[in-house]
Amino acid sequence: MAAALDIATTILVFGLAYAMLLFIISVGLSITMGLMGFVNLAHGAFAMVGGYITVKLVTPMGVPYLLALVIAFFLVAALGAVMDRLLYRHVYGRPELDQVLFTIGIVFVSVAGVSFVWGPDPQNILLPEMLLGDIDLGFKSIPVYRAFMIVAGGAIVAALFFGLERTKIGAQVRAAVDNRRMAESCGIPTGRLFTIIFALGSGMAALGGGLGIQILGGLKPVFAFEYLVIFLIVVAVGGLGNIRGTFVAALLLGIIDFAGKYFLPEGGGFFIYGVTFIVLLWRPHGLLGKA
Amino acid sequence: MLKHTTGLILAGAVAFAATAEAREIKVGFIAPKSGGAAQLGDQMEKGARLYMKLHAKDLGGDTIKLIVRDSKRPGGPIAKAAAQELIAREKVEILGGVIFSPNAMSIAPLVTAAKVPFVIMNAGTAFITKLSPNIARVSFTMWQAGYIMGEHAAKEMGCKTAISGYTNYPPGKDSVAAFARGFEGAGGKVIDSIPMGGPREAPDFTPFFQRVKDKKPGCFYVFVPAGNHAAGVAKTYLSLGMRKAGVKLIGPGDITQDTQLQGMGKAAVGVITAHHYHADLATPENQAFVKAWKAAYGAKSTPDFVGVGGYDGMAAVFHIIKSAKGGKITADSAIGALKGWHFNSPRGPITIDPETREIVQNVYVAQVYEDKGMLRQKKLKTFEAVKDKCKELKIGRCGK
Repeated sequence: MAAALDIATTILVFGLAYAMLLFIISVGLSITMGLMGFVNLAHGAFAMVGGYITVKLVTPMGVPYLLALVIAFFLVAALGAVMDRLLYRHVYGRPELDQVLFTIGIVFVSVAGVSFVWGPDPQNILLPEMLLGDIDLGFKSIPVYRAFMIVAGGAIVAALFFGLERTKIGAQVRAAVDNRRMAESCGIPTGRLFTIIFALGSGMAALGGGLGIQILGGLKPVFAFEYLVIFLIVVAVGGLGNIRGTFVAALLLGIIDFAGKYFLPEGGGFFIYGVTFIVLLWRPHGLLGKA
Repeated sequence: MLKHTTGLILAGAVAFAATAEAREIKVGFIAPKSGGAAQLGDQMEKGARLYMKLHAKDLGGDTIKLIVRDSKRPGGPIAKAAAQELIAREKVEILGGVIFSPNAMSIAPLVTAAKVPFVIMNAGTAFITKLSPNIARVSFTMWQAGYIMGEHAAKEMGCKTAISGYTNYPPGKDSVAAFARGFEGAGGKVIDSIPMGGPREAPDFTPFFQRVKDKKPGCFYVFVPAGNHAAGVAKTYLSLGMRKAGVKLIGPGDITQDTQLQGMGKAAVGVITAHHYHADLATPENQAFVKAWKAAYGAKSTPDFVGVGGYDGMAAVFHIIKSAKGGKITADSAIGALKGWHFNSPRGPITIDPETREIVQNVYVAQVYEDKGMLRQKKLKTFEAVKDKCKELKIGRCGK
């Protein structure tokens, strides 16, 4: 019994921490896809850039980790807004193939650019002492960083839900996702709205990139490609443009992925693909997506 | 006047003879130059070029043209195509390099068919030298470190049980098989063996390491390819508090690779490995080597075992060329010259076993410690002239 409780806690804590990370990074992608029907495959590149900014602020410059995360968020959000105005707007109305080619091109450029500037070596970050070590739960100790990840993730989720459900801009976003033409006829400036959302989503990805250095397999230039598939899976399973759906999908996939690898290291990494397959057969528009 | 003219003619004849004799030997060099393992290819090439630079005069008037090709990924096809191109179009006389075992395996049939000598400078899966009579290896085999680490863990570290975790491709399977043989032969028991993803990208090791922590073994033996994976191992070991839980992290020196070590922070302190090289070896040969390396590539740069593989590999290539004495280099003459070849490497004395064309070398058990904010490795024990156990015991494909 004690052993079962022990294992259940392990799965829950690590699975949840991973799920929070998946949600933070994927939510921006989900909204942009839902809002504009725009496929931004370069989303992972924003996460990667956020990660590099965090590392470079903390390690050579000595900026505190949490502050570095906030700076990375704002810098990449600004970068997102600029990219949206200068580059992305030209492909919004274009066929999906154009969008995919354009954004995957950006990924290649970003990977090459980051390798050129900082080299192909993996980046490590030395975390503050207070985020290392364990918390004793009485029957089991869990790493502080995972607990921090869950709490920080929870706070971000709560803030997002509040922002989307209780603010005017949130209502506008929901309206635009539901029916963009109707929203525009009511005078909602969807173009500007999209820039804001795009910047916010990019910033969130950057935050995830910074938070994830310790959790994912290290930060390196190929990050932008490596995790793209899983971000897309989270978005597809959750349903495009649906924050709740993205959250549920992140929880489901994060916990299943960890449990799968924990119990069956030989093939556990494939569980999430199985789940994706089943969910999409059952609900082709995702768990909470609208047809 | 006549005397003077004769002198000129003589001088001209001598000069002509010298240029006719000086040869340019094309050497093909295959290593990852892009992608996740680019740093390894870079390290190996730096090692090879350092030897070329320091010993350029040894070849008399001859010169080497090193033709580098990118193997990109751990898998076979790109490396194979590169080897094909180097042999068929560039007509290289000697082939060398190769970081990943599957690369070497895919090239083996080509060097047999084309009769080109192939000097392996890293790829460590034990049975590779069995794949072609034209292969000689100057790097290491997984069995050299794995077997010794297994014995050491059981006899000296007080580990009664162990779990092994490995990157799921040939050298990983080799390494944990060697460890299990050494460990169980010395009375220990391996209670679990965990494949931890493929070699191409470093995974998140947490689920695998947490599984180990919950099973509470005395020692946790990890093999991952050098490079990106190694940093992840130390980090995950620390962040899960495995040391405090009493699980000792051990492995081949791939997990404490010198170029990755400083980035691992406190996580690596205390880790014990068995390996044929680390940059802190206090021999005159190694100190001179490290000094030359830093002079060539900057004070912040450090060689590691991959760099030494490139350096010694180029020493072997030089030996092949010198042995040919200006004549044609064939696979037979080259491999024949390398059989029994002895060299005082930065890692210690090395020999190529005439029977197996495999390297014989020292293996050091070493521990990571902190010294004035820098991580260093301290040699605990030396095992001299270690042969490849896999071929000695005729295990699996090593016996064929």
